Order: sequence, then C-alpha cells, then structure tokens
Amino acid sequence: MTAFFQSLGLPFEAAWLISTIAGILLIALPLMLSVAMIIYVDRKIWAAMALRRGPNVVGPLGLLQSFADGLKVFLQETIVPTAANKGIFLIGPVVTFTVTLLAWAVIPFNSGAILADINVGLLYVLAISSLGVYGTIMAGWASNSKYPFFSAMRASAQMISYEVSIGFILICVVLWAGSFNLGTIVSAQKGHVFGILNGFGFNPLLFPMWVLFLISGMAETQRAPFDLCEAESELVAGYQTEYSSMAFALFWLGEYGNVLLMCALNATLFWGGYLPPLDIPVLYMVPGVIWLLLKIFFFFFVFSWVKATVPRYRYDQLMRLGWKIFLPLSLLFVFLVSGYLMATGHFA
Amino acid sequence: MSVAHLIKSFTLWEFVKAHALTLKYFFKEKATINYPYEKNPLSPRFRGEHALRRYPNGEERCIACKLCEAICPAQAITIEAEPRDDGSRRTTRYDIDMTKCIFCGFCQEACPVDAVVEGPNFEYATETRAELLYDKNKLLANGDKWERAIAANLEADAPYR
Amino acid sequence: MIQTLAFYLFAALVIASAVMTITARNPVHSVLWLILAFFNAAGLMILIGAEFIAMLLVIVYVGAVAVLFLFVVMMLDIDFATLRAGFVKNFPLGLAIAGILLAELLFGLGAHSAGGLVLGTPDAATAPAANVPNIQAIGAVLYGHYLFLFEAAGVVLLVAMIGAIVLTHRQRNDVRPQNISEQVKRRPEDATINTRPEVGGGVKL
Repeated sequence: MTAFFQSLGLPFEAAWLISTIAGILLIALPLMLSVAMIIYVDRKIWAAMALRRGPNVVGPLGLLQSFADGLKVFLQETIVPTAANKGIFLIGPVVTFTVTLLAWAVIPFNSGAILADINVGLLYVLAISSLGVYGTIMAGWASNSKYPFFSAMRASAQMISYEVSIGFILICVVLWAGSFNLGTIVSAQKGHVFGILNGFGFNPLLFPMWVLFLISGMAETQRAPFDLCEAESELVAGYQTEYSSMAFALFWLGEYGNVLLMCALNATLFWGGYLPPLDIPVLYMVPGVIWLLLKIFFFFFVFSWVKATVPRYRYDQLMRLGWKIFLPLSLLFVFLVSGYLMATGHFA
Repeated sequence: MSVAHLIKSFTLWEFVKAHALTLKYFFKEKATINYPYEKNPLSPRFRGEHALRRYPNGEERCIACKLCEAICPAQAITIEAEPRDDGSRRTTRYDIDMTKCIFCGFCQEACPVDAVVEGPNFEYATETRAELLYDKNKLLANGDKWERAIAANLEADAPYR
Repeated sequence: MIQTLAFYLFAALVIASAVMTITARNPVHSVLWLILAFFNAAGLMILIGAEFIAMLLVIVYVGAVAVLFLFVVMMLDIDFATLRAGFVKNFPLGLAIAGILLAELLFGLGAHSAGGLVLGTPDAATAPAANVPNIQAIGAVLYGHYLFLFEAAGVVLLVAMIGAIVLTHRQRNDVRPQNISEQVKRRPEDATINTRPEVGGGVKL
C-alpha cells in the first residue's frame, strides 16, 4: 500500500504514515462492526440451542440489537464508586479494549496483507494476550469491592496457568513451520498433509494440540465454561460489577474482540488461515480474506456452541485441568513433535 | 479402568456426545413464540389491566358501593362518592394503584354490576411510576377501549359462574 | 531522527516510571508503574533490533512475573501509619545502603572513563551472522556454543523449583480431598446392582 501512495507523488515517510493509518483503520473499523454483529450472533446461537429465539425485534431479525444496546449504554451515566481508585478504575476498561485491538496487527488476512509483518509475530500475539489480563486485574482491584476483587484474583491465576500450556502448544506449530512469522506459518501449511490438505490441524500429531489450543483459548479469553471471573452465580458480574455506561461497553467490546482474535489464531495457526482447506486451484479463485473470515466464523460458532453446551467449571477443576493435564500433555507433544521432526530430517 | 474407557476419556467422548445433542437442538423448532408478533391464547378469565365499564347507553356502571375497595387485599383501590345532580349515586374518585395491585381479581368478583373488571390487556408497561397510578378517567378510557374483548370474555365465562 | 526521538521517549518513560515505582504511596500503583517501566524497556530493546528479547521481556516480566507481584501486593493490607512509624528506625540503614550504591556508581563511572572492559573476543562460532533473525542467532549461540551452560542453568532452576515445592508443601491428613480421576473412573456398573430378591427374602447389601 505504501507503494500506491508513493505513486501518487508522496515522499516515502508520508506514504508510509498514510498507508499505516489506513491499514489500522481498515482492520479496526470492520473489527468493531463485526464485534457488534458477533455479539448478536452469539446470542442467537445460544438462544437457538436453548430452543429460544434470541433478539428478534430491533431491525430485521433483530440484526440491529447490538447497536441499540450500544446506544443505550452510550447514553447512560458513567458511575465511579466513591471508594474506587478513580484513575485505575477508568484505565482498566481502556487497557482491555486497546490490547484487543493491538494483537490484530500481526494477523495475515491474505498473502502479504498483514499490517505489521514482524519476525516475532507469534511471540507478539503471546505478549499482547498476556497483557489482556491487566484490564481485568486493574478493574477488579480499583473497584474496591469484594466480588470484583475475587474476580481479579481468579482472572490473574487463570491467565498465567493457561498461558504456559498455550506457549508449549505454539512451540509445536513453530517447530513445524520453522518460523515465528504468522505469514510464514500460514504458507508452511500449504499442502501440509498428503500435499492436498492445507492446515496443521489435519496432521495427526498436531490435531490433539489444536484441541488443547481451542480449550486453552476458551480459558484464556474467559469464555464459558471457563468464565469464572464473571461467574454470575458467585460473583454477581465479576470485575464488571461496579461498571456502567461506556466503561462497561469497552469491556464488552474487548471481551468479544479477544474471542474473535482467538478464533483468528485457531484459523491461522492450525487450519491454514487465508488458504482454502484443500490445495486445489479452483478454490484459490475465492479470495483469501473470505476463507479466513469463514474459518473465524466457524470457530466462533464452536465457541458459542461450547458455551451453550457445557456447564461452568469449578475453580479447582480449572486449575487442575491447566496444570495437571494440559501442561504435561503439551510438553509430551513438544517432545513427540520435535522427535518426529528430528527423525525425519525436517531441520536438515 | 478398561482401555475403552481410557480411549473414551482421551477423545473427550462425553463432550462430543453432548455437543452433538445441542447441535440437534440447534436445528429444532423453537419452544418459545415470536413474542411481539405472536401471542399465546389467553383464557377468558385472564386477569390483566383493570377497566371500568359503561352500559350500552354510555352511563357508567359503577354505583360507588365500595365493595371492591373493601375486599381489595392490597388496598390498591380508593373510592370517594357523592350523589350526582340527578340524584344517582356515583363515584367522584376511583383510583387504582397498579403498583400495589396483586391481580387477585377479587374486585371483579365483588362488583354487583360488573363495573370494574380485569381485562385481557397485559402490555401496559410505563416509563414512570406515576403513570401506574390509575384514576377514574384512565379506567373508563380502558373500559371504552377494551369493551368488546371484555364483553366477549364475560360472556364466554358466564356458563361457569 | 525518529529513532532518536523514540529512544528519548522510551528512556524518559522508563526513568520516570521507575521513579514513580519507588515513590508511589500505594504498592499496587508501584507495581503498575513497574509494568510501565518493563514495557518501555521492551520498547528500547526493539529500538536496538533485539525484538526477541523485547517480546520475552513483555511475556515473562509483564505477562507473568508482574501479574504474580500484583497478585501478592493486591492482597496486602497495608497500614501507612505503621509503615511510616518504622521510617525513623530504618532511616540510618537505608542511608547506608544508598551511600554504598552511590559509591559503587561513582566507582563504576570512574572505571568506565579509564577505558571500556572487553568481555570476550567474538570468534567465528559466536559472532552474530549478518542476516539471521534474532531468534535463530540466539538459538545458535544458546543451544550450540553454550549448550552445557544452558543445560546447567536449567538443572539449577529445576533444583530451585523442587526445593521450593519441598519447603512449602505440607501433607495434611485431616482433610479428604476430592480425587477426580477416581470419580471419573467410576462406572454405573460399579456403583449399582440390579437384583430380583425373593419375596420376604430381603436384599444383601
């Protein structure tokens, strides 16, 4: 895109600046729009599995429900509790929201269509996603209230626990792809199995890793069945309890933005990203962005599906799953994958 | 623990089964109705919003006997009465506090002239509390608005009384 | 130009947030300022082209260590009056430590002005190749040249971890913890029996 702006006669710096800002807007604006729509989709799927109808009044089929909710929230008063630590209380939701947007910079939307094509893309995603918990912790602590505080404690312990196994899972992918760059990881998946199936997920050694990644991703984004930090039966609404108006909306947007990011990572790291599922020339007629969006939507459906099916975990069960099952399993698979790759001379 | 159980637990078999079940339900017909556009049938005895009825000639039915006020367990009804210019006994004030009302239907049962009734309307949510303190005009207006439905309901229910 | 600006921005922010870390009254604020300092340090790392180190700094320090700090500090119930009461008593000790640090700094500066210390000569094995990504360069050095030291460090960490667990772990005999795998193993057949008892014969349990 920089080249295009340069061809209009702009100097390199100006062209770079404009194209970067355009790229950011090109990702952030549709992302916000799709978060609004995905909240609607989530409610619809959840409702359908409970034999209900879900939102159906605002707009055709209720499509504008999220915008109505957004407008309602926007017009509300922002309440800051007197005993709250005001600065941190207000920074919390901003952190959650900003961090969600940041991670999208390294997701490849098509070959070459990537905002920040950095060498350590995957590490960047890990780093950013580990920052996400700060919004929750700050909100929980600054609210100066019991339930948000419990929620912050839970969130911090949960995030650290699952990040460990996510790290090991990603190492398997990186070993096979030979790069931390997400674009390279996607292109390494081309014709990965039998030369025709695009995606590490088709690989029997990496498929279990994908299952672990999916489940850890749910824990990492604090989705049901791992939504213990906002378990309404115990903690009212967790860290959001004292929030109202736009601050609350930012949490909401951040949470769903994170879920979408996790879906995008599932698609990019294990199921071929912008590549079609089969390595057949006909399928490449469809633009890569469409494939990626279809995959993201599919994984979002899976996330909603799980939310509608499985009851919430107990906290000690969550910790047990993370440390006693996922960690050893993912370590075992790092061993197996690297062993296999060494034996077959992948690194030669 | 047999090998089959081990395989079952490592393939998350129970989870897969549960998700298959919810997916089946995903495509099933909805159990709920499409509410604002579809409504469930109501019994003729349904006790909804109150109304004060009139005779066909336009004369209000209520004779200010205050039986409804007396029987109301929530004490939601307030009545004041005075003889009218033509000498008939009528209410000057007939208030129902809808925020107190428990919709027991005793007022309707107590009324000797079928004046106060609970109509079939249940969609009268308001934005302020004050709007739920009904006065005589509001109740009479309700009666005029819902008279046909109320009359039909009373007729349908009459054989059982 | 931009690099210089960015450097001074990050550097100033690191120093400012470090100062705030030690002067902030509230310990949670301190930790949050510390996180900001880590973050800006990561920015400095990126500026010198060490993106791998920068990411590790964020993942390990900001993402894990600082979260644990916060976790502990949030639960502290600090009474500032008692904190300040100890100030006078500990003041001489603090002053002594500050004096030693100052002396060390001055000594270091003096030594530096006398001439830089050469830490080792880069040879063919350890010299960073020109167009190799950060991670590959570090990996080659860590797992090639310094493999033994790396493994030894790993063993030391393992020993430290096991030591910590042994020191803090205590076996309690007065509780009956849930044994999840036992529960999962249990089948309906193990828990129930279907019998058809004779009339008046009763059931053996």
